[in-house]
Amino acid sequence: MKAQVESSQQTLRPKAPGKIKHYFTVAIVILLLWGSAVQTEATFGELIQGLPNMLDLLKEMLPPKWGYLSKIWSAMLETIRMALLGTTFGAIMAVPIALLSASNIARHKWIYYPVRFILNLIRTIPDLLLAALFVAIFGLGALPGILALAFFSLGVIAKLTYEALETIDPGPLEAMTAAGAHPLQIIKFGVVPQIKPHFISFLLYTFEINVRAAAVLGLVGAGGIGHYYEVTLGFLEYDKTCMIIIVTLAVVLAIDYISSKLREKLL
Amino acid sequence: MTKSWNDIIPKPKKNRYRLLIYIALILVYIWAFAGIPYSGIKETAGQVSKSILAGLFSPDWGYVYLPDGEDLLRGLLDTLAISVLGTFISTIICIPFAFWSAVNMSRGKVISGSGKIFLSLIRTFPEVVMAILFIKAVGPGSFAGVLALGLHSVGMLGKLFADEVENIDNGPLEALMAVGASRLQILWFAVIPQVLPGFLSYTLYRFELNLRSATILGIIGAGGIGTPLIFALSTRNWDRVGIILLGIIIMITTIDLISGTLRKKLV
Repeated sequence: MKAQVESSQQTLRPKAPGKIKHYFTVAIVILLLWGSAVQTEATFGELIQGLPNMLDLLKEMLPPKWGYLSKIWSAMLETIRMALLGTTFGAIMAVPIALLSASNIARHKWIYYPVRFILNLIRTIPDLLLAALFVAIFGLGALPGILALAFFSLGVIAKLTYEALETIDPGPLEAMTAAGAHPLQIIKFGVVPQIKPHFISFLLYTFEINVRAAAVLGLVGAGGIGHYYEVTLGFLEYDKTCMIIIVTLAVVLAIDYISSKLREKLL
Repeated sequence: MTKSWNDIIPKPKKNRYRLLIYIALILVYIWAFAGIPYSGIKETAGQVSKSILAGLFSPDWGYVYLPDGEDLLRGLLDTLAISVLGTFISTIICIPFAFWSAVNMSRGKVISGSGKIFLSLIRTFPEVVMAILFIKAVGPGSFAGVLALGLHSVGMLGKLFADEVENIDNGPLEALMAVGASRLQILWFAVIPQVLPGFLSYTLYRFELNLRSATILGIIGAGGIGTPLIFALSTRNWDRVGIILLGIIIMITTIDLISGTLRKKLV
């Protein structure tokens, strides 16, 4: 009797899934890591050797040079300006592109697939790379920074917006189509009211990202606070670098806080 | 029955603060536009952008593979290796932080709150700046890039992992506790199986982001494809800029596709 129960339990219990696939995955991951370590010549020995250097660096960074604040403040403000304008221009450009790439508004495959493809291409290029390109075209200054951020924001905002657009309620749109509204009227009265809070939320979110990005654009000559990283590190003035880092952190945290509060109210 | 629609349907309430918000926005924009020094576009801008576009359409195919030393494929491989190792390091480091800052894993909100603040501090620290600091410590090259990515991603991955840990089902935990399992056993049999797919999915997502960052780390000397790109830009070798950009776009798109398919399978 007991043996019978045991055997029936054994047949009832589902078979454990095969583990070969897991072993295979682990093996691939280890192979990838090993190959990467060889390629980058990364070793723990080097890290341990470098650690004292890092500690020296930290010692030189402290205490931060507070007096430097007055000198970098205007550059910090320029960074915020760049982020603000870049986000704004990007958002304005994103509106038509998002409308064209949403399948429920553009309606034709021949419109939304090519637009989405271009959008994907824009998103693959990192912002600092864009900035380096624009600096080569327009010369040093805040303008290439703003343009780089605008392009970058366009990619982010347009993608988030068209995904939100595809989930809007089709009811009002159908009602307006039935009443014979013009496509522009449909967008104005049927689409815009539904998407507006989302759009503003995406805009604020992109602004947060852009403030961070703008803080380093100066490294390639695109204006803002980033330029001072190079200057102070080049002259080995680490206490000043530390001050820049602190100011950047403070501004980024403050903007993140304000923006996330605003976003909470929107949605 | 001569009531107009306006009497029947009440107008939506106006937000009292609306006017104030508009005024504030206008002031912010006036401040932003006034502060940007507009020095006019360089007269060479059109020519340079034409050359870059021409370079994009007639890339320097010879650069894809050179038998001796620096070429596109090796640069891309280096970039890939940096992001693989960086992602791996941050995944390992961030697991304890994730458990530290998850509300349901540590006692009291104070502990988890401090973990969250710590993670957001790491997150705000720009990775390019981190890379500069690591270059000072271990010398220029891919290894500095690996360390910078590895440390920077801890901030975001830790937060995502913590969210995943907070969302787990308490049932299995309580069941194991009831049969007297030790804390480690609970962790191994009730927590890990629940969070593992989420962890892997976020790791892959972070890998995509790290790949983008790795392409720009070379601009400041931390290895990868960015170094030859910035050289090509400064020597105005547009054909080479074209092939490098093309290589970056193809690599990022391919990896995004692969990782996206894998992530869909996981969740």
